[in-house]
Amino acid sequence: MNQIAEWDWDTKEKYIADINEWRKKFPVVRGLVASDDGEKIATVIQTEDNRFTTCVNGDVWEETFERLWSLKFTPDNKFICLTYKDYEWALAVDKEFWEDRFDSAWNLTLSPDGKNIAINVKKEESYGVSLNGNTWENRFVDARDIALSPDGTRTATLIQTKRLKEGDIFGFQEGIWTVAVDGTPWDKTFVNVWGVTFSPDSKHVAVEVRFNLYDYTIAIDGKTWEKVYNCVWEPLFKPDSNDIIAPVKTSDGWTLAINGQPVWDTYVQLWNQRFSPDGRRIAAIVAPEYGRWTIAVDNIPWNNSWSDAVLPPIFSPDSKRVAAVVKESRNPFHMESALHNVEGNNRYSIAVDGTPWPGDFEMVWDPIFSPGSDKVLAKVEKNGKYFIAIDGRIGKHGYEALWNPVFSPDGEKLLIRCVEGGRYYRRVVPIHEI
Amino acid sequence: MLEFLMSPAVYSFVRGPLVWIAFLVFIVGSAYRIYVMISTVKKEKLVLPYMSLRYSIRSILHWVIPFGSVNWRRHPVITIVTFLFHICLVFTPIFLLSHNILWHESWGISWWTLPESLADIMTLIVIFSCVFFFFRRIIASEVRFVTYPSDFLILAIAFLPFLTGFLAYHQWLLPHEAMVNLHILFGAIMLIAVPFSRIIHMIFGWFTRAYTGSEFGMVRHVRDY
Amino acid sequence: MALAVKQKEKAWGKVLDAGLDETIKKLTPEKIEQVIKKALEKMGPGRLKTMVETCIHCGLCSEACHTYLSNDRDPTFAPVAKVKQTMWPILKNKGRVSPEFIRRAAEIAYTECNLCKRCSMYCPFGIDMAYIILSVRRICHLLGVTPLYLQDTAHSHAVTMNQMWVKQDDWIDTLQWQEEETRGEIKNPIIPINKEGADIMYSVIGPEPKFQAHLMGQAAVIMNVAGIDWTYPSFDGWDNSDMAMYSGDHEIMGRVKRAHFEAAMKLKVKKIVMGECGHAFRSIYDVGNRWLGLRMPPVPVIHAIQFYYELLREGRIKIKKKFDKPVTLHDPCNVIRGRGLHEMARYVTNALCEDFREMNPNKEYNFCCNAGGGVINCGPPWTKKRVISNRVKAEQMKATGAPIVITPCHNCHSGIEDVIKYYKLGMHTKFFSQIIVEVMEIPEKFKL
Repeated sequence: MNQIAEWDWDTKEKYIADINEWRKKFPVVRGLVASDDGEKIATVIQTEDNRFTTCVNGDVWEETFERLWSLKFTPDNKFICLTYKDYEWALAVDKEFWEDRFDSAWNLTLSPDGKNIAINVKKEESYGVSLNGNTWENRFVDARDIALSPDGTRTATLIQTKRLKEGDIFGFQEGIWTVAVDGTPWDKTFVNVWGVTFSPDSKHVAVEVRFNLYDYTIAIDGKTWEKVYNCVWEPLFKPDSNDIIAPVKTSDGWTLAINGQPVWDTYVQLWNQRFSPDGRRIAAIVAPEYGRWTIAVDNIPWNNSWSDAVLPPIFSPDSKRVAAVVKESRNPFHMESALHNVEGNNRYSIAVDGTPWPGDFEMVWDPIFSPGSDKVLAKVEKNGKYFIAIDGRIGKHGYEALWNPVFSPDGEKLLIRCVEGGRYYRRVVPIHEI
Repeated sequence: MLEFLMSPAVYSFVRGPLVWIAFLVFIVGSAYRIYVMISTVKKEKLVLPYMSLRYSIRSILHWVIPFGSVNWRRHPVITIVTFLFHICLVFTPIFLLSHNILWHESWGISWWTLPESLADIMTLIVIFSCVFFFFRRIIASEVRFVTYPSDFLILAIAFLPFLTGFLAYHQWLLPHEAMVNLHILFGAIMLIAVPFSRIIHMIFGWFTRAYTGSEFGMVRHVRDY
Repeated sequence: MALAVKQKEKAWGKVLDAGLDETIKKLTPEKIEQVIKKALEKMGPGRLKTMVETCIHCGLCSEACHTYLSNDRDPTFAPVAKVKQTMWPILKNKGRVSPEFIRRAAEIAYTECNLCKRCSMYCPFGIDMAYIILSVRRICHLLGVTPLYLQDTAHSHAVTMNQMWVKQDDWIDTLQWQEEETRGEIKNPIIPINKEGADIMYSVIGPEPKFQAHLMGQAAVIMNVAGIDWTYPSFDGWDNSDMAMYSGDHEIMGRVKRAHFEAAMKLKVKKIVMGECGHAFRSIYDVGNRWLGLRMPPVPVIHAIQFYYELLREGRIKIKKKFDKPVTLHDPCNVIRGRGLHEMARYVTNALCEDFREMNPNKEYNFCCNAGGGVINCGPPWTKKRVISNRVKAEQMKATGAPIVITPCHNCHSGIEDVIKYYKLGMHTKFFSQIIVEVMEIPEKFKL
């Protein structure tokens, strides 16, 4: 939030780059990545000799690579990407490389302040993690998924502890997967581990585990909940606490468990649970009946439900309101079409506290609450153009490309990062002008 | 034994309480089976959201019309026998003159009746169909492999009321009274057996057909016939 | 019981499979009873019992089954016979059956039935035999008795969310490497990774990156030339396949499907287009989605056949010169009988090929390849049984006289190639995509 206050909220419009010109200059211009504050726009460009490099605000990096991907801006506007040259992967931060090189590098992850960077790596035929260029000494047969602690100092990944012969189902069922935290594996191994996550104080790690082919539970720092379930989904720590909530499947259906004890009613489905910022409320996607989807807040489902899907709930900053993307189809059994939208189907919208916006859109991005929690807006797509919609009302301007808008700290203005007429602009617009 | 069978006491039992019991068991039992089936299927959650009236009807129609489905067309003899058997099995007892007289005597209701000679032929069709099915179960290897004694029992349950009815009408083999009593007894057994045996297919079959018809028609966009 | 356990000596002999033979050693009738009782409670007496009780044992389903016809009408291969040897005794004895019975039941459920549902079309009551056999598989899974190769695949799904133990970095590497490869075909192809807001997420099955990466290259050619706004996820969920559906591991099946759907929703795509795979399609509209509580997929999933149909119909790809060898078309059960794409498949075939010869029977009534339903995934021990049990397919294909069989499904593709080899038919299988890339017009801007 503090960083946002420091952004330029006065300049009405900055014309940052002419993307069309880039397109003329280079054989291929890939997807665009805008910085959080909108001041920078980056892409991967392909050169005549089929090599790749980056272009940030028109500044082309003279070094070229065989491969280049995973572009990201940190909140403080450092530009990161993964590069590949002479059979080696390297991570570059503002054109500076980490010293270490890798056989593979992926799952680029930033700490919330953007000051710490972690990636999964493969090096010397073994797998692990590199945090800020410090690669784990301990590496493993395989590593997948990465978690970076909120303070940015610790990393965890799911690892395979033993190599198995092909088709050794019995060896696999003895349990050869676990979690490694900062390079140290847990003592206990499992048949499966999924959904690794850190506690808010960065001290604990939780995952879903499967003991055998049938019994699931949650493990924290290698210790499992006493109760086992038919299935579980990803655990989540409560803010400012070490309590864990996770959806669990009992013989009656899905419910939410806190520290191993089911506390909610059962639903046909329950997943993507989220805490309110104050940690007092929980919202989750639920299916109160088969084929109907909604959000339940503190175990009370909204009155409305939707046929296709509801996306993860988003709390307002004051923890009082919840919004989510919802999707409905009138002809669910239609053959559908790859190239066209079928009338009445795939209608995306936003629902706030259970009430859907009146209109619907071809696509809707995650809802964004104003700092005062009174307004909800979202990037939406209509007729192939992107708009900002506020509280159900679609904005006047349609853009060729648009990034999620950002509220000014006082909630009066919006930062709009957009492409119009082939040009990338950074605009600051008062809310009432949208 | 024969005397016992012919006795008016037996007649008044089979003609009175037994008929009541039979119809009661048949109707209440079948209704109960339907209720249990629907409520358990409801609990499964995965069936009702995929049901479609239109495709249920489409499917049922193709299968209740002779040669309306590919498999009926592939087996003309079985198709003809199966349809004749079921039509005669169901409609002969309902529209038989003597049954109508009984309805009238008991409840004061009656309706259109079959000419007696036609009813006679229909009864014979049921009888010979049963013989056909009996031999098919023995001769056709794919049927024999899945045949249990209960399959013969079900066949016998369908067969005996018609055989005794036929014999009673023609007053063959046993004295009329004895045969009539036997006929009513077997008829009652058939009704009572419906909810307790795989004769339940006469009720469940419509539902399974409707379900598959819906899944194939609405979800899968194909024919199921 | 003796009848059910009895196994006739067949040309393929007794097949050894540690996934069945070793695992039953740990079972006792008591344990089996306990597991099955619990399983049946959950399956509920709804559909399963209604269907079993409605069956009048008429045997009219027999001729629907390719294994029955191919094994000289051996009555033990009739669909109803498979239920008789598995679910009937299980229900009748309330789960009290022997380990040997379970071994035999597993062999029937996993290697003698493709869940192709052809028998449901032939059953006067429309009894869903595939559902009953899937329930038998569920029981076998809960007892830990599953063919080894299939179980290994289910393990792969559980760990990696894909079918072939493809590691996260290998997947990304394959995408980038295939883009490089495609540069040999067209000018400046792009394989977009994680392109948020693209129209289409294209999804493949595990074997593509593992063994048949060229298919991904071909897909890239088609996508680029047709001007599709598409993307792949770099993360788990890219694989649409789901063998856990066939092993009976519902929980992993659901997890894999959730990953697939959530990948699409995370990327904000409007549709998923999947490659030429049959069972993956079934897993998204029929089985996997339903376990999750989704009536239909949350994001429309379009099968490659329909996708090509739309591209050809709307002129998004044009044909330079039609494929001139005679072709026949195999209708994969899961997309044809499963989702009615037969007319579109014919439109595509006719648009691409000069000489199209129908197999008979065809469309919804086509015979299964005998590889689907997880049968080919039971691996090499069962190959001989699988091809011998599909002689009718060989005869059906041979009668067309076409040297090429188009098989728009991975399992059909491999399974039919095996049938062709065993019966020395001198034919070859092809995917639609292979023919499209061969015959399509490459627009100026993509010409090298």
